[in-house]
Amino acid sequence: MPLYLNDDQKMLQDSAADFMKGEGNVAHFREFRDKNCKDGFSHALWKQFAEMGFTGILVSEDEGGLGLGHVEAGVVLEEIGRNLTPSPFLTTAVAGVEALNAGGKALRDKHLPGILSGDSVLALAIDEGTKHRPDQINMAASREGNGFKLDGKKQFVVQGGSADTLIVVARTSGSAGEDKGLTVFAVDANASGLAKDSVRLVDSAMAAHVKFDGVLVDADAVIGEVDEGSTVLQRMLNAGRAGSAAETLGVGAGAMDITVEYIKGRKQFDTIIGSFQALQHRTAHLYSEMEIARATVLKAQQMLDDGSSKAEMMVSVAKAKAGKATALSVREGVQMHGGVGMTDEYDIGLYMKRDRALAEFMGDANYHTNLVAEMHGY
Amino acid sequence: MSDLESFRKDTVAWLEANCPSEMRQPMVDESDICWGGKNPTFKPGQKEWMDKMAAKGWTVPDWPKEYGGAGLSRAETKILLQEMGRLKIRSPLSSFGIWMLGPALLHFGTEEQKLHFLPPIARGEVRWCQGYSEPGSGSDLASLQTSAEDKGDHYLINGQKIWTSYADKADWIFCLTRTDKTSKHKGISFMLFDMTSKGVETKPIVLISGQSAFCETFFTDVEVPKSYGEGVSSVVGEVNRGWDVAKYLLGHERSMISGDGSSGATSLGSKFADQYGRDEMGRLDDPMLRAQMAEMDIDVLAFRAMAERFGDTFKANLCHPAQPNMMKYAGTEINKRRHELIMSAGGSEVLEWESDASNGGLTARGWLRTKANSIEGGTSEVMLNVVSKQILQLPNA
Repeated sequence: MPLYLNDDQKMLQDSAADFMKGEGNVAHFREFRDKNCKDGFSHALWKQFAEMGFTGILVSEDEGGLGLGHVEAGVVLEEIGRNLTPSPFLTTAVAGVEALNAGGKALRDKHLPGILSGDSVLALAIDEGTKHRPDQINMAASREGNGFKLDGKKQFVVQGGSADTLIVVARTSGSAGEDKGLTVFAVDANASGLAKDSVRLVDSAMAAHVKFDGVLVDADAVIGEVDEGSTVLQRMLNAGRAGSAAETLGVGAGAMDITVEYIKGRKQFDTIIGSFQALQHRTAHLYSEMEIARATVLKAQQMLDDGSSKAEMMVSVAKAKAGKATALSVREGVQMHGGVGMTDEYDIGLYMKRDRALAEFMGDANYHTNLVAEMHGY
Repeated sequence: MSDLESFRKDTVAWLEANCPSEMRQPMVDESDICWGGKNPTFKPGQKEWMDKMAAKGWTVPDWPKEYGGAGLSRAETKILLQEMGRLKIRSPLSSFGIWMLGPALLHFGTEEQKLHFLPPIARGEVRWCQGYSEPGSGSDLASLQTSAEDKGDHYLINGQKIWTSYADKADWIFCLTRTDKTSKHKGISFMLFDMTSKGVETKPIVLISGQSAFCETFFTDVEVPKSYGEGVSSVVGEVNRGWDVAKYLLGHERSMISGDGSSGATSLGSKFADQYGRDEMGRLDDPMLRAQMAEMDIDVLAFRAMAERFGDTFKANLCHPAQPNMMKYAGTEINKRRHELIMSAGGSEVLEWESDASNGGLTARGWLRTKANSIEGGTSEVMLNVVSKQILQLPNA
């Protein structure tokens, strides 16, 4: 399989690009930010995502979806990143659906219709500390009657306040650091004992601190097998990490494009500043980093779609590389814009804030660099 | 089984049955590279392997069969290279004829030129060198002055080239000469001639690595025939339009030098953890070095994906024509950083310059050699200039 988009994927890219540019553009983002919307995204736009078929990309055709893969999900996510489109696409339609795909049909029958119609939103309750450390998950899920009782705290549950279902990773046995003993649950977000404290993040997205105080769930809320949730978690993480790498790539590409346009127009000393070699070399270096990141992200997505045993390694490489390249893009972007780069009026700062939030989502570049060392056995 | 799967199966079977065991040992130094040519120095197994691969057309697998190749598709070529890598099989033949002149002739040559020059390259019978840079023409290559005067049935060449790789060992040269002094870019011709011609002298240059892969090459009244036979002109493309050929080839050279950002092992960290020691968690026992090696692993794997994508898009005519400049810049900068890390990990042992233990200073010499990567074939700064102007369309000062 060549490492570029095929004709079908290009068509999807065109329609996703048109859609985000038309409906989910930066003006739309600003509108929702400025009215201090409690969701941080538009439910009407989310319905349009569904009408476009985007929410069914990772859902099989038998179950009413498009039966496509991570490459296609990434195509949509890159356009989301490029336009700063606020949406629960990454958590719901990519990581959330992939978690459901790792479990049984009954749960899919229950949750997929709402996702396909754009009525439901899923949120992921994974992190327990201030940094992403899924190997240290320790929230308790103890046996209670026919089901389980959840006690503990989760944080950085993106769009947790708007979700109707939370995908919760908890420990049914063993202790922190062990693969065995994790279990993944699909929990009703309005269950009794569940308290959500939504906070606005630097990029204006909403995330929740979620407290579970004796939350009761049925046994049929378990995704996959009890104590064997690490495989479900891993699938969800692979999808979420590759997906956030793709969205990050879009943020970096968008920031680079507006910066290059800016320095082509801005004049100082009666000269277009883009003609200065000091800026040209830095911009060309940035282009090179973004190109490498693009190849890396696509490679990781293709390997996930192929079921390659080395996909997990490449996903970490992609998350780290896209993260670093985009961090460079937004830093250079603000600097090359000069004073106006510091203003709210110009978009470049919004890209910097979005990148910062995406960097933390499911592990930053340092986290994934360390993982790559571990996967290489050192 | 799909066609490609059965191709893979047949390829593996043939490679395993035919590759001499010496050609499956890791390469130690430059003497392990097989260059072929009229005065070859073969190590055991090298000639056998070169001849066997040449007979199958696999020294140049993607060239058409009539020119000595096997006419393989890109997907088949990828499989062949993947399997050779997986089986740790060495390349049967390295040559500027394969990397540089071949692509130029395939693109710009006449049918007669292709039939005359390409098959001996594929068989490793003629070793070529490249005459581009001159003492006063480095980054500004098109200012070159080596003159080729039209003398009716031949050209008379006078001038000097520099950084001519292995000129002292090459049989023939593809050389940029000035055929018109009134035009800078449109006065250059791409010429082919015999290095044993009267008036050609070569002088190796000793580098900071102590090695001498490059030469100064002097031409004094060298007579180059205009034709080597019916339709076989000594000039590739049109006279005075050699810059077009040179530019095309620079693209090839730049992607070649860019490599895949790594020569050899995938992960420096896993290699050095064994020799460096590990902590109780099994981690390389120097946290800073470990972190730097992990970052290098990321960059190497990422650039490898980039190299794959570049190759795929290049073949499909989907990549920007200036993209090889980006590849050259990024690949060489990664390789330089990689060798800095190797030196750092090696500590005082790799400072040894001549000892047997250090294999004659192999690591240190290799480290110094990489410093040329971002100079030869266009400096990193020139690459960035080209990317910013041609790809990003930033204005001239």
